[in-house]
Amino acid sequence: MSTLETAPEPVHSGEQGQLAVNDFSIQVATVNGSGSQTANTVLMRSLFQMGIPVSGKNLFPSNIAGLPTWFTIRASKHGWIARKRETDVLVAMNAESAREDVMGLPPGAAVVYDEPLKLKELRGDLHYYPVPFDKLVAPVCPEAKLRKLVRNMIYVGVLAELLGIEMGEIRQALVKQFGPRKAKAAELNWAAAQAGSDYAAEHLPKADPYHAERMHATAGKIIIEGNTACALGAVFAGVTVVTWYPITPSSSLVESMTGYLKRFRLDPDTGKATFAVLQAEDELAAIGMVIGAGWAGARSMTATSGPGISLMAEFTGLGYYVEAPAVIVDVQRVGPSTGLPTRTAQGDILSTAVLSHGDTKHPLLFPSSPEECFSLTITAFDLAEEFQTPVFVMTDLDLGMNNWMSEPFEYPKEPIRRGKVLSAEDLERLGGFARYKDLDGDGVGYRTLPGTEHPAAGYFTRGSGHDEHARYSERPADYVRNVDRLARKFESIRKKVPGPEVKLNPNASVGLICYGTSIYATEEARDQLARERGLETSLLRLKAYPFTQELRDFLERHARVYVVEQNRDGQMLALMRMDLEPSEIGKLNSVRYYGGLPLDARTVSEEIVRQEGL
Amino acid sequence: MSTAATPPPKKTNRIGLEAASYKGAKSTLCAGCGHNSISERLVECFYEMGIAPWRVAKFSGIGCSSKSPAYFLGSAHGFNSVHGRAPAVGTGALLANHHLIGLTVTGDGDTASIGLGQFCHMLRRNVPMIYVIENNGVYGLTKGQFSATADLGSTLKTGVVNDLPPMDLCLLGIELGASFVARSFSGDKRQLQTILKAAIAHKGLSVIDVISPCVTFNDHEGSTKSYAYMRDHDEPLHQMDFVPFFEEIRVDIAEGETKEVTLHDGSRIVLKKLGRDFDPTDRARAVQALHEAAAGGQVLTGLIYVDPARASVIDLLNLVDEPLATLGEERVRPSKEALDQIMEELR
Repeated sequence: MSTLETAPEPVHSGEQGQLAVNDFSIQVATVNGSGSQTANTVLMRSLFQMGIPVSGKNLFPSNIAGLPTWFTIRASKHGWIARKRETDVLVAMNAESAREDVMGLPPGAAVVYDEPLKLKELRGDLHYYPVPFDKLVAPVCPEAKLRKLVRNMIYVGVLAELLGIEMGEIRQALVKQFGPRKAKAAELNWAAAQAGSDYAAEHLPKADPYHAERMHATAGKIIIEGNTACALGAVFAGVTVVTWYPITPSSSLVESMTGYLKRFRLDPDTGKATFAVLQAEDELAAIGMVIGAGWAGARSMTATSGPGISLMAEFTGLGYYVEAPAVIVDVQRVGPSTGLPTRTAQGDILSTAVLSHGDTKHPLLFPSSPEECFSLTITAFDLAEEFQTPVFVMTDLDLGMNNWMSEPFEYPKEPIRRGKVLSAEDLERLGGFARYKDLDGDGVGYRTLPGTEHPAAGYFTRGSGHDEHARYSERPADYVRNVDRLARKFESIRKKVPGPEVKLNPNASVGLICYGTSIYATEEARDQLARERGLETSLLRLKAYPFTQELRDFLERHARVYVVEQNRDGQMLALMRMDLEPSEIGKLNSVRYYGGLPLDARTVSEEIVRQEGL
Repeated sequence: MSTAATPPPKKTNRIGLEAASYKGAKSTLCAGCGHNSISERLVECFYEMGIAPWRVAKFSGIGCSSKSPAYFLGSAHGFNSVHGRAPAVGTGALLANHHLIGLTVTGDGDTASIGLGQFCHMLRRNVPMIYVIENNGVYGLTKGQFSATADLGSTLKTGVVNDLPPMDLCLLGIELGASFVARSFSGDKRQLQTILKAAIAHKGLSVIDVISPCVTFNDHEGSTKSYAYMRDHDEPLHQMDFVPFFEEIRVDIAEGETKEVTLHDGSRIVLKKLGRDFDPTDRARAVQALHEAAAGGQVLTGLIYVDPARASVIDLLNLVDEPLATLGEERVRPSKEALDQIMEELR
């Protein structure tokens, strides 16, 4: 979605002879492990501080050091924050990838590069800015071993001069980045940025059309990664047990959560923890502990990615069948198998919805922004406990590991909902209970927690067949009654999950459906389709599975509907095929991207143009 | 005048519960199965230790052994989970409520094969749990395949010979960090009872490997996990007695050469020397004794290793006293000011 509320005006980006103000993308090509992240963060933050809507995406290899890595920054006065397919300004620092990077540029792009790479000879239709990085870094950084790290800050200074990014904002971003404890490092980097800026002012006459100008579109906003947002959601949901196994791209979720828990969840009187974080030996153990803890009454969660989800299949089925609450955040990456572990996808939708052998269905939530990472993680805990079942929060690497502009998060308005738990006093009054009896007609039974001081509290939880009283049973009628109740429970969940975001266009006979991070490219594609092809569209962004009535209404209103997603097989569409009527399914078409890069608008709009025959 | 005597008051334990309160459902295991004896011992021990069933949480995986938690302490919560994964489920539950007395009953298939990874990491963490392995050397529910604890050269009923070395779960337990490691035999009522009571009093992880013959699939000539074999090869390390903290009475063992181990709650384990000098607090010696016994074809039973002071994973987590599971919203949801502060930092 556009992060601005005003309707975007026509775009004139990058055309010859015209200025492109606050509408460009920068791609920085470096070597993994060269410390470019600081420089890139400072660059992104400086634009943000100038009030310009901005997004940053780290396209990195599964490697600690030595392989090519790219960081793209998009500045958009219109508020478009999807990855832009074309690069307008390239910073070529990596000899290995430089040639290919330059050859892929559109005509008229700008190239800031390390002088010895001699890129000028490659093409005649670009604006070249050679910079002698090694020569510039030596005087500002006497300590030779630090030069590799400081060197990158020079391109920040060069870009500031070329694009018109205010040096005062660079300085402030550096102070923010390094904090008071590393003031010396901040100074060193500041000197490097200045050296770059001075060099550009003296030696690099401006030739390209790209400019940054102060505007006021980011006031009050924060910058945050989706993983941190999910972590904060868990902290404010009152998570008490977190068990996990490190896996890219989810590891930073639990790591940042641990930091916040230590700051905000120690008992003020005793200094003792109101939480337990435990690194498990594998994902099987992680989910086993989550289910054990949920069964015993904790608000428990784990975070993982596709390979972890596969390993959690058996336990998820157990959680579903014994009805234990659990929250699992899946920060999706490209599969199957190891796949592309540092690239983004929405590829776990279908397998997670029905994870486990036997008949199972699980609620999935699809945050598309840091704000929703925060709020839907809280929702996941409430749903898990209210419905006594595993709930999945499906984010992805793009959302989880990249920095996003966001509105500040709203403090939860509703109290924590802990579901149907009987206390010793309840048991005394009732005289006993039947664990799996559907007393309220919503498919959800009452449970007790171990440690409840009452002789009637105990019951035997088992993954084998059981009757309403939790007794072992292989009787067909007991089995059918039980799983039918579980299906009924899923219908109750359908009424409680967050409904989609719907933007109806009264002139549109075409509808677009998307979820998660696909929204940014989809919204921009709608704008492209309307402006360039006169194709008006409506939009529905799913926030949850099971699907709600709004989806059916949306299908009813449109002649053709495109489901935009980041996987090869149209997994969400497949899930709709399972759940919807044949008349509704006939309207569904699929737009898919699965190359592992964050989805861009052109990919979406071009495919819709093709399928519409426009 | 009526001569009918008033019935004698029912016998109760120190918390006023009758033995019947500790019983479970009727066992569906084979008559004569060692596991049933272990269930009976657990009933006796929890009764005699005066532990209310509601304080106990039972865990198991899959297999004959893992069915047995339904057959004792019927009013306690139980969780029969997935094959080999009881350690994870139990660990999670104890994180949620560290006041629970965790009791896992599992088998050799569960622990030594499919769940070996979880077993090892539970040992490293010294999860405060009583972990009973009902070890019969075979998979019973799938009708008699060898397990990883079957001894080299032992035979199945069908005559198939086991040609792989066994896994000694007590050795693993000592090596990887369990703070209480014992071995017993389901047919040795007194020893097993003493070990179980001591394990209940111990504050860390107690691994108790109980040779528990499978009467249907592994009680024949050629088996090393049969009743007959155990009667011939059981080699007790010592004569054991246990004095719980709430009793100040003398022990059954006569004066002589005894060693005492005092547990965290003040309970005492009293060990009387039988033939050999053995100190269960000496880790290296314990490992050596197991190796020597295995080489000599003996099954050492008794308390093999104990470290009453080792910190458990729960100790290391520095948790508030109240169970995490029941903390109120005011203690687990930080204030609006906290969120505002975090947002300010991210601007």
